[in-house]
Amino acid sequence: MRFKKIIGKIVIYTIVTAGALFSLLPFLWMISTSFKTQREAIQIPPTWIPKVFTLDAYKMVWTKIAFPRYIYVSFIVATFTLIGVVLTALLAAYAFSWFKFKGRETIFMSLLALMMVPVPVYVIPLFILVQYLGWIDTYYALIIPWSVNIFAIFLLRQHMRGIPKDLYEAAVIDGCGRLCFLFRIILPLIKPAVVTISIFNIIGSWNAFMWPLMVVNSNNMRPIQVGLAYFSQGESTNYPALMAASFIAILPLVILFFLAQKQIVASYAKSGLKG
Amino acid sequence: MKGIKNYLWPLALLSPALVLLLVFRFFPIAYAFLLSFQDWGIGGSKGFIGLSNYKWLLQDPFFWQSFWNTINYAIIAVPLSLIVSLFIAALLNKGLKALGLYRTIYFLPVITSMVAVSIVWKWLYDPQRGVFNYFLTTLGLSPLKWLEEPRGIIELMVGKELPYLLKGPSLALVSIAFMSVWKSMGYNIVIFLAGLKNIPDVYYEAAKIDGAGPWQTIKNVTLPLLSPTTFYVAIMTTIASLQIFAPIWLMTGPPPGGPLGRTSVVIYYLYQKGYEEYQVGYGTAIAFAFFLFVLAITIFQKTVLEKRVYYEV
Repeated sequence: MRFKKIIGKIVIYTIVTAGALFSLLPFLWMISTSFKTQREAIQIPPTWIPKVFTLDAYKMVWTKIAFPRYIYVSFIVATFTLIGVVLTALLAAYAFSWFKFKGRETIFMSLLALMMVPVPVYVIPLFILVQYLGWIDTYYALIIPWSVNIFAIFLLRQHMRGIPKDLYEAAVIDGCGRLCFLFRIILPLIKPAVVTISIFNIIGSWNAFMWPLMVVNSNNMRPIQVGLAYFSQGESTNYPALMAASFIAILPLVILFFLAQKQIVASYAKSGLKG
Repeated sequence: MKGIKNYLWPLALLSPALVLLLVFRFFPIAYAFLLSFQDWGIGGSKGFIGLSNYKWLLQDPFFWQSFWNTINYAIIAVPLSLIVSLFIAALLNKGLKALGLYRTIYFLPVITSMVAVSIVWKWLYDPQRGVFNYFLTTLGLSPLKWLEEPRGIIELMVGKELPYLLKGPSLALVSIAFMSVWKSMGYNIVIFLAGLKNIPDVYYEAAKIDGAGPWQTIKNVTLPLLSPTTFYVAIMTTIASLQIFAPIWLMTGPPPGGPLGRTSVVIYYLYQKGYEEYQVGYGTAIAFAFFLFVLAITIFQKTVLEKRVYYEV
């Protein structure tokens, strides 16, 4: 019996380790290649650890291509989108959960219906609108249409509804107004939900591709993923440079992930449980 | 006075979100609907043309090809992703010591960008210099053309040319589906793990007392109690697969969608017509057809599949 159990454990560990290696190997291959010379990168049989270790690929990506600029653009876009999403969601969720007004449920239900419409359905007219506003190649196009998020409103509303109502009376007695109540009392209580929407948003903006591809023409305004995509078309066989560029493009989120992996995984897990 | 105040506050609080949503969501959706009935090209609108865009859509062989490719893609990617992730999650749930470490590794592809991942995988799949073909040849097998293979996988297995609907998805499309399973697996594993943790131990103990074997326990306890989670994962994975775009743009062709249009999916076709060729009216008609399609699939899953979902009362 005990013997059987040990065998079972060994089988399980073997399978999950093989799966984990499968998840990891493309990244290891990417990192390893990024330090190789082009000649070694395409050599057969391939090497796992570079025989000649070189930083040429990184130098090329960092100096010849506008990669620092791409990262800067993405950083600005991610930051301001996040501020917009959190602020609009906080205010709207507050209205939906703490105020009674006519049409509240109707408006909320329409928002949920609007959330069900996939982005590709309206991406072309949205592009025409942004073009009409003269926002092509500007931060406005990259930030403003995405600085509101219905899912964020929904999630914050769920959390705000759970807060006991008598807290408000206590706050009023202390001379705290309605906005003061939102930012001083409610916000600290729903911090985990705010962290969750922030995580989804940062990852979403950093990895956004289709929309920036449409609204940005100049090299100077390309966010990281679009810059990387055009770079990969221009240098389709310079593998060390391609891998170095890809690695740079994923690195900020990988670092964020290792710093906050518990929160990130928990956020995704919870987003599924609601369903 | 109090009544007015009660209106002003929610109005003021809601207005930033509502104004943005009206301008950047509601208006484009309504506008898309109007555009889909117009002849709109480079020079702007040439007026309403009724249902012509939709009629053309029904006759457009390239649209049907992208539609068929999208369905094939989902049929491969969704079940494969579900089975693999559920299997791994079930094993990880067996009280492994390094669960956190494994979960982190499996989750890593989820947070990395589709663009970077597509670039790496395109090289792995490269027929001359890719690692996959290197493995195949070292194992003594013949190399494959992967992303450059227009032939269907059923054709490749049978070894001769088949009529269109029997070809099966091209190896190129299957290669992309395989990559997206790799990328989305970690997300599904995390959701499945959360679902498995939610099943109370009493059920397993009761099954044990009743003398149920491991297979019977899985079939009669785990799967039914997990079915709401499975259902959620199935819907989310399906909706995501129907919207695949970046890998097509990055990994296939040139031109993207190739070889021979065998990897052109609906969203890529929409992008090509509505944006690249600036046939706005026709592009928005594709968008609405796509929307109806997503809606139909979701409703189908809700009505047909949800009957088999066991909700605990």
